[in-house]
Amino acid sequence: MDRIPILKLGEALLVTIQVDMHDRLASALEEDLTARIVATGARGVLIDISALEIVDSFIGRMLANIASVSRLLDADTVVVGMRPAVAITLVELGLSLKGVKTALNAERGMAMIRQAAVSSLIGTGDEPAAHETAESGDLRGIDGDF
Amino acid sequence: MSVTVVPITTGDDVVRVRQEVRTQAVAAGFSLVDQTKIITAASELARNTLDYGGGGTATVELLRQSARRGVRITFEDQGPGIPSIDQALADGFTTGKGMGLGLGGAKRLSNEFAISSEVGRGTRVTITRWK
Repeated sequence: MDRIPILKLGEALLVTIQVDMHDRLASALEEDLTARIVATGARGVLIDISALEIVDSFIGRMLANIASVSRLLDADTVVVGMRPAVAITLVELGLSLKGVKTALNAERGMAMIRQAAVSSLIGTGDEPAAHETAESGDLRGIDGDF
Repeated sequence: MSVTVVPITTGDDVVRVRQEVRTQAVAAGFSLVDQTKIITAASELARNTLDYGGGGTATVELLRQSARRGVRITFEDQGPGIPSIDQALADGFTTGKGMGLGLGGAKRLSNEFAISSEVGRGTRVTITRWK
């Protein structure tokens, strides 16, 4: 079976999606990525989708799942390289990819991951690190219960 | 006029539908954004046909009406049908594991949208986008 290669780049894992995703490939990627996060202690996952001609709700859901699972494993996910036509189509489709961080290109995405890793090192156990308070509504909801 | 029928029985067939729609959208002279919109709409509906209709077909047509060019795709299945089409078109409605954006999203991405469904007989969805 085909698998999508996962490269280690400093504290981050880099995944370049170049092929048309189908169900098995998507779930294999999710499993491989989570295993690699745990094995390497990576602080971030960079997903390059610049080769993707479309992102439909299936791929959107896969990206959102990877972001959620990675977050539980203490790694930030940043999706980079989205084509302009894909962004326009996603908005019209109604898919806002809440909870998925994006950056224009791999360089900016790596900077985001590095920044998040640094601020989580500075933050003490008592208060949430800066990148956590900036997360989407569901996390803030959890904070509110404290 | 070019007509291609693509069977939809596996996840790989969804990819094949996208490729055929891209070919026809390029032949119709669509802009990159319009190509992306119609391919994405077709991808959503092909997956619906597979996941909810139990498989079926996608018929991809290149349309020429005088100076106008367009692409029409018809998805047909002999699945369980949709009891409430209004409900199925609403964003966020899903009976499966999806996000519930497929039908409504595909409608927004198309210029023309038609759906007919009979419970126990199947569903037919037609989308058209013009250049």
